[in-house]
Amino acid sequence: MKQFLSFIRKEFYHISRDKRTILILLGMPIVQIIIFGFAITTEVKDVRVAVFDPSKDEVTQKIIDKLDANEYMNVVSVIDQPEDIESIFRKGKADIAIIFNQHFSENYLHTGDASVQLITDGTDPNTASILTGYVTNVLNAAQQEISGQYKTPLSITPEVKLLYNPGMKGAYNFVPGVMGLILMLICAMMTSISIVREKETGTMEILLVSPVKPIYIIVAKAVPYFALSCINITTILLLSVFVLGVPIAGSLTLLVGVSLLFIFVSLVLGLLISTIVKTQVAAMLASGMVLLLPVMFFSGMIYPTENMPFILQRISDIIPAKWYIAAVKKIMIEGLEVTFVLKEIGILTLMGFTLLVISLKKFNDRLE
Amino acid sequence: MIKYLIEKEFKQILRDSFLPRLIIGYPIVMMIVLPWVANLEIKNINLSVVDNNHSHYSQQLIQKAVSSGYFRLTGVSSSYNEAMRNIESGDADIIMEIPANFEQDLIKQGNTKLLISANTVNGTKGGLGSSYLSSIVMDFSADIKDKWVQPVKAGAITPSIKLVTQNRFNPHLDYKVFMVPALMVILLTVLCGFLPALNIVGEKEKGTIEQINVTPVSKFTFILAKLIPYWIIGFLVLTICFGLAALVYGILPTGHLITIYLLAILYVLTISGFGLVISNNSDTMQQAMFVMFFFMMVLILLSGLFTPINSMPHWAQNITIFNPLKYFIQVMRLVYMKGSSIMELGTQVFALSLFAIFFNSWAIISYRKKS
Repeated sequence: MKQFLSFIRKEFYHISRDKRTILILLGMPIVQIIIFGFAITTEVKDVRVAVFDPSKDEVTQKIIDKLDANEYMNVVSVIDQPEDIESIFRKGKADIAIIFNQHFSENYLHTGDASVQLITDGTDPNTASILTGYVTNVLNAAQQEISGQYKTPLSITPEVKLLYNPGMKGAYNFVPGVMGLILMLICAMMTSISIVREKETGTMEILLVSPVKPIYIIVAKAVPYFALSCINITTILLLSVFVLGVPIAGSLTLLVGVSLLFIFVSLVLGLLISTIVKTQVAAMLASGMVLLLPVMFFSGMIYPTENMPFILQRISDIIPAKWYIAAVKKIMIEGLEVTFVLKEIGILTLMGFTLLVISLKKFNDRLE
Repeated sequence: MIKYLIEKEFKQILRDSFLPRLIIGYPIVMMIVLPWVANLEIKNINLSVVDNNHSHYSQQLIQKAVSSGYFRLTGVSSSYNEAMRNIESGDADIIMEIPANFEQDLIKQGNTKLLISANTVNGTKGGLGSSYLSSIVMDFSADIKDKWVQPVKAGAITPSIKLVTQNRFNPHLDYKVFMVPALMVILLTVLCGFLPALNIVGEKEKGTIEQINVTPVSKFTFILAKLIPYWIIGFLVLTICFGLAALVYGILPTGHLITIYLLAILYVLTISGFGLVISNNSDTMQQAMFVMFFFMMVLILLSGLFTPINSMPHWAQNITIFNPLKYFIQVMRLVYMKGSSIMELGTQVFALSLFAIFFNSWAIISYRKKS
């Protein structure tokens, strides 16, 4: 036991010696939470509207005023001819253009075929569809106001209820993702690099001839990264509750339990990588390209997995972080009971033990 | 002198068994896979319907929602609570509850309500889904109005505004058209940023830097010789990307490729210069990797790749002024989609030139021959 403890102390020395790396490992979750929580929003604000209004009558003026009064939109330019839209869009001076037809109010009140053309800058498809939605809503509201008390017959009023995240904050979606990414980074990447470094510098030989069993050497290697991960989870959870205002809706114990399970899977993955590769650079590139990029793109952290083609969805199924992130979303945001995350827990456990068996086998082979 | 130094760099890169394969293979794999993954297009929203009415109209409405292409009907539940359980288990994203007297109210009273509940853990999906569904419902009621009101009150006109929507530059709102040009920037950044970051520090770790330090090579020549190979790699990567974008996705630039190449000269210089600065200031490759990783992540997140810069808060928008990625992503999207010419890209040319000069001067200054 005493030998084991001194091995752990040795690992802590190793880590604390490289101040810059440790600073980044501890600072990364903070920076990510701040960026994801405050800077990355899919909400579209400060929309710049250009208007072409040849008719200049009461109705069009009313609609324009209503658009301008909307908290998301500002009418920034009134154009003289529809051809100008092209150049305004190219210069990036407006996001959406609204074109009224001639004799708008006359047509509106008498012939019933007043028409409005919405031209969006379709460069960013999501922004374009959100903008169209905004303007349509304003137009509908304006129309209802103009027609006064006269209630449009045969109307269906949809009542919209937004569940779990009524403010539609991006943070609700990103916090679980950041947790998955950071834990993967620390556990898998750092563990594999630190084991491979001992091999590369030749110090692994020295450790192996010591009276400590090889399995304890590996466990000792994992302990500091385990500690770091625990610090990071605490930071992320504290920041998300107190700074971002994302509450932990479900049980904290369950959340911690699932996180520990994921840390275990990541550590074993790091161990597996270290038994396969021979050099530090290879370990870095293997964990950087094979683990981190897929975690960012395939785990549903930024991009929803259900949009992907079938084959890529199956690929995303073998990524542990995907299941962890799904479980955290359910427990933390939706506040669901343990029965709803049994599938995720089961898959993570299975992955963990399979990886453990494979890497222990590989590890033993190497010792002979 | 510089000729030999560049030759040395190329020999070092080509001799490595891994690097040449990475430089060619990475852009190919990523260009084929990422555009399918990096897709924020909201489609296939799982819809759970609670139909308490079971009437002709309610069936028609459900049909209309499903045939819109945005929704996938995952189940018809008998109660709202049952549908909520579908949301909790993740089988449904949105619930539409049709009240018991839906058709009757609509015909007799002329108006009715229905409830849409969306899971907004993913804000974009929930928000867009509920607004799509609302507009389908509105459309549906307009359809009924057309059928009923016009024949009844022949001659009388209900004032209504017809809305025609058109999307410029990307008429079908195809997400790939938006992402592919920006992904090229990410590939260029990863390869021409990480490789130089590992380069000088790698020589330090191996000890070969000492041999350079004792030669009369000037700092300027040394850094220039390090930069030129990445320039060439950058052009190679960019050309592969252009080819794949055209072949696999049929995405061709509206503007001139020359414009992109010209600005890429500045951009690769900037990002490789940045990599060299980090390399100069690191002691180990691991450290260089982590520092670079940290900056990359911040720069990519704040580049406008995923979310529009205009929706960021002001402090974040101010940070993006110093983000070279932002300018080059703008260049790519402007040239590819809007066909902008170099004259219209004055801001970007100016900003990227400043960055290129700044980082490379810093790289030259921070490289010390004496330790």
